[in-house]
Amino acid sequence: MYKYDSYDQAMVDARVAEFRDQVRRRLDGSLAEEQFRPLRLMNGLYLQLHAYMLRVAVPYGTLNSAQMTMLGDIADKYDRGYGHFTTRQNIQYNWIKLEEAPDILADLAKVEMHAIQTSGNCIRNTTSDQYAGAIADEVVDPRPYAELIRQWSTFHPEFSFLPRKFKMAVIASDTDRAAMRLHDIGIQIVRNDAGELGAAFYVGGGMGRTPMIAPCINAFVPIDQMITYSEACLRVYNRHGRRDNKYKARIKILVHELGKDEYTRQVEAEFAHLLTQNIEPPLAELERIKAQFADPPFEIALDETVDRSDPDFAVWLDNNVQVHKAPGYAIVTISLKPVGGIPGDASADQIRLMARLAKRYSFDELRVTHAQNIVLPHVRKADLHAVWQQLDEAGLGTPNLDKIGDIIACPGLDYCSLANARSIPVAQKISERFAGREQEIGELKLKISGCINACGHHHAGHIGILGVDRKGVENYQLLLGGSEGADTSLGTITGPGFNEEGIVDAVEKATSVYLANRQDGERFLDTYRRIGMAPFKDAIYAKDAV
Amino acid sequence: MVETQLRFRDDEPAGDPAVTVDSFGEQTNASAVRIEPGDDARVLLPHLDRIRLVEVNFPVFGDGRGYSAARILREAGYAGELRAVGDVLIDQLAFLRRCGFDSFAPEHPLNAADAEAALARYPEVYSPTVDGRPAIWAKRHGLA
Repeated sequence: MYKYDSYDQAMVDARVAEFRDQVRRRLDGSLAEEQFRPLRLMNGLYLQLHAYMLRVAVPYGTLNSAQMTMLGDIADKYDRGYGHFTTRQNIQYNWIKLEEAPDILADLAKVEMHAIQTSGNCIRNTTSDQYAGAIADEVVDPRPYAELIRQWSTFHPEFSFLPRKFKMAVIASDTDRAAMRLHDIGIQIVRNDAGELGAAFYVGGGMGRTPMIAPCINAFVPIDQMITYSEACLRVYNRHGRRDNKYKARIKILVHELGKDEYTRQVEAEFAHLLTQNIEPPLAELERIKAQFADPPFEIALDETVDRSDPDFAVWLDNNVQVHKAPGYAIVTISLKPVGGIPGDASADQIRLMARLAKRYSFDELRVTHAQNIVLPHVRKADLHAVWQQLDEAGLGTPNLDKIGDIIACPGLDYCSLANARSIPVAQKISERFAGREQEIGELKLKISGCINACGHHHAGHIGILGVDRKGVENYQLLLGGSEGADTSLGTITGPGFNEEGIVDAVEKATSVYLANRQDGERFLDTYRRIGMAPFKDAIYAKDAV
Repeated sequence: MVETQLRFRDDEPAGDPAVTVDSFGEQTNASAVRIEPGDDARVLLPHLDRIRLVEVNFPVFGDGRGYSAARILREAGYAGELRAVGDVLIDQLAFLRRCGFDSFAPEHPLNAADAEAALARYPEVYSPTVDGRPAIWAKRHGLA
């Protein structure tokens, strides 16, 4: 994985010093809160309901064990012993003191980490496929391209005060595991018929209160023009994106209002101009980065057999282990969704345990997934049982990847000052209600947001839940039929909302309709798409309980 | 008229008051123009040879359109004074410099020591712009 050189290290060190100075000026009163606010946000520091929250960047979700260990130590030293992994592959801490934030950044810088641009109206941390470098279906490892974007976007002087936040994702497979088309810019690295690499640009996707699926505006930008093209997309947005209404300020609104063709025309004109400005890093820089993402030294002629005689282990294997590109290896996903737990949370001890397992069993690598789980990307099949045992002992062995208990949820009203309703208790109740029936129900992606900002991706859930405020009371709307990935679709609201108990019952009724109607091999989503909303609606709103 | 607090040029400042972009088209003798966030900097491009001063107004620091306006002018070869005016704050100075601004007339005077520290904070830059500083990638590959 990527290793900082002295230039990269100097940048994060300078950032620590800068932020320490900004905090000093804030505390001595020379910086007003309204002036400090965008500065702290660009360092991922939010003022939440009860304390400051610090969001730490995990570029394209990749971590080594030293970094993961530090994340655990920070949870102990500065927080209450927990970290929360997010849908943008980052980690955040909910109980931070402003005075200590510079020290946290200094600790992060020791392991080549930072909190740069994890918030604010700038280009955020770039996300990617959590199986990058381990999965057979990728054209190339997408992470070097994401790292190139990380460097380009870091302290970009023209794009640090955009109309609104800006999120980019890079993938390199037809199977989209990063919700790429729900980003401001989604890039898919592709190979053309001549065998050359290029970047397909999808611009103007997003969730929030106006969910949109990004259209492709250019199916093949030559790979040595990817940064220049990104710059053109951003410049058109910075100049023409709406600033009169923050709810209409995302690039998706610009693309929608101009129309895809007109937006594309403006980008292409800007691109033609910017090509004359020599802003593209040379291919040698991409090669330098790529070399650092070379495959680890996989052993050859490893034993392929796995002893499935332990039934609990076999269930976990079937749920949480994917096929690896290298014979004898497997991809392990560690569920951070125990029954009744807080989705995405891990204790300091659990974080350090995952770090130790990565060091011993996975070539020192971990990934954070946008579904708020952790991946050990390169585990020998022969080690799977040992890994599972240690995870299980630590409460990390829940076999529910992509099942109904593998819920994405935002922090909601328990922490977030924007939320209208709590998300965590709903997630906990649903996972408790369905405990033991997850295998029977099969793949079902359930996502919960505590307000229309949609941080919990409810639009893209097979089942989505949106918390709203209805005359001062928390109310939950149910959506069906959303999906991310190659078959991206947005969920449809079933009808009137429910209270906290009612929404759990409604989810149960929806799953009953599915179970009663499914044909062989169908997932919940497939059945929904085949039979439509009506039968679900009938059951959910029937006067008599199902 | 707000005073120019920081200036990184050796020539004499232009004496003319800046006119709006709209009036600039009509006043063929004007040599100073003021760009508001909603103005299109590109309408000035045919006239760059007669412009000595461009003021770019930042009514609120969070409106970043002026950064693009500045770069567009510099990319087109504008070599006169480019002045940031309005809600210009310490922590935006370095970004503004990188986009081609070479003078600053903040609405509220800046602490001089803090401003100097902010401008000197980052020894290197990741992206090339119009300020002539080589990108880190150029240094890595012996291109600078």
